[in-house]
Amino acid sequence: MFESSNIIVGLEIGTSKVCAVVGELNSAGVLNIIGIGQSRSRGVRKGEISDASAAEEDVRNAIVEAEHMSNAEIRSVYLGVTGHHVRGFNNRGVHPVVSADREITEDDVQDVIKNAKAINLPTENNVVHAIRQHFHVDGQDGILNPVGMCGARVEVDVHVIHGNINRLQNPIRVVSGLQLEIETIVFNGMASSLALLTNEQKELGALVIDFGGGTTEYVVYCDGIIKHTGVLALGGDHVSHDLAIGLRIPMGRAEQLKIEHGSALFDASLHGKTITLSGEFGQSGKTINLEHLRQIMTLRLEEIFQIIEQDLAKVGLLDYVRAGIFICGGGARVPGIQKLAEKIFQLPASLGKANSINGLTSALDQPEFATAIGLTRFGSLQQKRRDRNGFIFNGIKAMKEMLQK
Amino acid sequence: MKTLPDSTLTGKISIKIFGVGGAGCNALSALAKPSAARPKTIALNTDSQCLASCLADEKLCLGAKITYGMGTGGDSELGRFVAENEIEHLKEFCEGANVVFILAGLGGGTGTAASCVLAQAAKDSGAFVLGIVTMPFEFEGRRRARQAQLGLQQLRSVADAVICFPNEKLFKVVNEKDTVTDAFKMANEFLAEGVVGISRLLTQTGLINVDFADVCSVTRSLNSESSFVTVEAGGKDRAQQIVEKLSTHPLLEDGELLENSDALLVNLTGGPDLTMAEVTRLMKEISGRCEKSRIIFGALIEETFADRLSVTLVASGKSLGEGKIVSQMKTTRPTSAPADESETDEQLVDASSTSRPASRIVPPAPEITEEKKEQLFTKQTGSRQKKSRSRFSQNELPLEIISKGRFEKSEPTIHRGEDLDLPTYIRRGIALN
Repeated sequence: MFESSNIIVGLEIGTSKVCAVVGELNSAGVLNIIGIGQSRSRGVRKGEISDASAAEEDVRNAIVEAEHMSNAEIRSVYLGVTGHHVRGFNNRGVHPVVSADREITEDDVQDVIKNAKAINLPTENNVVHAIRQHFHVDGQDGILNPVGMCGARVEVDVHVIHGNINRLQNPIRVVSGLQLEIETIVFNGMASSLALLTNEQKELGALVIDFGGGTTEYVVYCDGIIKHTGVLALGGDHVSHDLAIGLRIPMGRAEQLKIEHGSALFDASLHGKTITLSGEFGQSGKTINLEHLRQIMTLRLEEIFQIIEQDLAKVGLLDYVRAGIFICGGGARVPGIQKLAEKIFQLPASLGKANSINGLTSALDQPEFATAIGLTRFGSLQQKRRDRNGFIFNGIKAMKEMLQK
Repeated sequence: MKTLPDSTLTGKISIKIFGVGGAGCNALSALAKPSAARPKTIALNTDSQCLASCLADEKLCLGAKITYGMGTGGDSELGRFVAENEIEHLKEFCEGANVVFILAGLGGGTGTAASCVLAQAAKDSGAFVLGIVTMPFEFEGRRRARQAQLGLQQLRSVADAVICFPNEKLFKVVNEKDTVTDAFKMANEFLAEGVVGISRLLTQTGLINVDFADVCSVTRSLNSESSFVTVEAGGKDRAQQIVEKLSTHPLLEDGELLENSDALLVNLTGGPDLTMAEVTRLMKEISGRCEKSRIIFGALIEETFADRLSVTLVASGKSLGEGKIVSQMKTTRPTSAPADESETDEQLVDASSTSRPASRIVPPAPEITEEKKEQLFTKQTGSRQKKSRSRFSQNELPLEIISKGRFEKSEPTIHRGEDLDLPTYIRRGIALN
C-alpha cells in the first residue's frame, strides 16, 4: 500500500490565483498538508478559463512550486471546478420493495439510488456530483441505512451538482495538457466545506460561503448532509471593478485600495476622510474619499450576501443553519465581513479555518487555501474508501462508489 | 381621429388629482378645503374604511369583489391585480384631464402597484402624469423599502415626472414630542403642499412661465430624490425673509440640499407690487447657493398676493442617471410613438424655450406578462391616432458609459434581470456626494 498514491494533491484554478496543495496520507490514514504552491492567475474570469495558455502556465508554476516545497512528485490531482453554469438541485428516487417479507435488501438500495440518479438533464450538462442524502422508508425520513428494515417503498434523496460539459472540460484540458492525471473533478464549494466543517457542525447545520475572486460558492449542510449548493459569478473582482469605476482609478489601484482600506462595514465616522494616493499605480497625489470607497464596497458585499440570503430563504433553509455561517476564500480577508454576514443573515458568522486537517499551520489558517485543502481532503476520503474496498465485499463497494460520483 | 382635448387649444389646463392607497387618500384629505379653483380630487383605495374617511370629490373602492374592501395587506402583486381589473374604470376617471397628479405612499400594496396601473391608464387616455410619492420610513422595514423602490422604478417608467419624497427626511422636521400620527400627518401635508404649489405653477400663466415640461425636466432623471418646499413671506423685507427661510428650511437640510441639487425649479408668486430688485436679489441668493445645478426660474403675478411673496421650489438631488442599466434597455417599451406632425410642431416650439438635459434616460420597463405585452402592442399599433399625446422629445440612443472592464468578454452575470457586473451603487442609484 505504500506507493505514491499516498500523496494527494488538490488543484484549484481560481480567478485570482492558482493553488496546489499537497497532502500526504500517513500510515494511520491521517491527512497531513506538506506543501503548497501558488501563482497569480491570469487566464481565468469568473472562475472559468478565458485564456487557456496563460492558465496552463500558471498551473505549471503552481505545481512546480508545490513539488519543490513538499519534495514529492505530483502525478495526479483532484481538480476543483466552479463557474456560473454549475448548479445544484435535489432529486428523489423511488423504489418499491418487492420481496415477500418486505425486508429491504442491498439490491433494493442499489436500485433506489440508481433511480434517484436517473436525472433528466439537458444533453450538454454533466453531473459533477450526486451526493446521497437520507433514505425514506414508507414516508419515514432520516434513515441512514435502510438495509434490513421492513417497508413497502424505499426512497432516497440525492443532491445533484451539474454543469455545462464543455465548460467543465476547459480546466480539465488545461491540466491534461501538463501531463497530469485528473483523479476526479470536485465542486469548489463542496471542497471548501470539507476543509472547514467538522462533523458536528455538519450535523447542526452550517452555511459555507467561499468568497473568491471571481465567483462565490455556497453550500448548506444540515443533518450532516448537503442540502443546497449554489454559485454566484460575483466576487472580489467585482468589488475592485466597482471601486475603479466609482473612484475613477485604474483597476490595479482599486485592487490595492480594496486591500489596504477596504472594509465590509460602513460607518458615519468616515465622513470627510480622504486618502492621498501614492506609489506605483499612477495618479499619485490624487485624493480619494474614504467614505465613497467604503460605501461602494459595502453595497456590493451586501448585495452578494443578500442574493444568497434570498436564495436560502426561498428554499427555507435559513432556520436550519444552526452552527452558523463560515466564510472562506479571499473575501474572508475583508475586515468586518463576519459582522456584515451576521447583519444580513441574522445568524452567527465566523471565518472558516481548515480545522480538521493537520499540517502546515501557516497554510491552514489562510482562508484562501480552504478550497485546495478541501480538495486534498476529498481525495483522502476517496483514497481511504478505495483502500477499504480492497478488503470488504463488493456490495459495500458499490454503495460507497455512488458517494464519489 | 380623436381630437386633442379642447384645453390644448384654449391653453387651459385641466388637472385631476388622484390619491392612491392609504397615504394617497390621506394626502387628499389634507388637500381638501374644496374651493372652485381646486382641481377635482379622486380617491382610490382597496380599503373601504380608509376610503370612507377620505375627503375627496369622487371615490372608487378598488377590487371590491376581490379584497372585499379589506385592503391588500401590503401585497403589491395583489394591488396590481386588483387595479388592472379596474383599468376601464380608471380610464374613465382620467378622461378629460390633461394633467393627472398621482399622490401615493410607496411601500404598501395599493399605493405601490395601483399607482403604476393608474399612471398607465392616464397616459393611455392622453394625459400627462405627474407622480408625487413618498418613500417609507426606515423603521417600516427592509421589505417595504424594497417594494417601494421597485414601485418607484415602475412608476418612473410610466409617468412623465415623479417627485419622490423620502419620509425619512421628515425626521429633520419632527421633534421629540411629535407623535407618529403627527409625523404621518406631516408627510401628507407635504404631499398636499407640493400639489398646490405645482398645480398653481401649471394652471397660471406667469410673467416668466414655467410649464409642465420644466417640471418634467427637473424631476426626470432616474433615481433622483426631490424635495419641494413652498415658503411665504410678507412685509417690506420679504425677499430677505424668504432667503432666510430657505436657508434654514429643514426639508432642504438647512439649505445644504440646494448646494447638492442637480436641477432646481424656482417659481415666485407675488402681488402686482413685486419689484425687480426683489426678484434679482432672491435669484442671486438662490443661484449663488447652487452653482452646479441647472436652475429653471419662473415668476407669477397674482392679485391676491399683494404685499406677499411665495416661492415654490422643486429641487432634485444628485442624479446618477447617466449610463444607467444599459442591459435593460432592450426591454424598454417603445414609449414615444411618433406624434402627429401638427402637434409635434407646436410642442417643439414650446419645448425649445426650456433648457432640456442633454441626455435622456430611458427607464426600465415595468414587468409585464406576455399577454399584457401583446395587449399593449395591439393597442399601440391599432389605434395610434387615438393616442392624442405622446412624449414629444426624441429619445436618444443609450450610450454605454460604464465599461464593464474586465468582465467585458465574459458571460454577464444576470440575476433577476439585473446585470450584476455593473456596480451595485449605480444600479441602486445611490449618490456619492
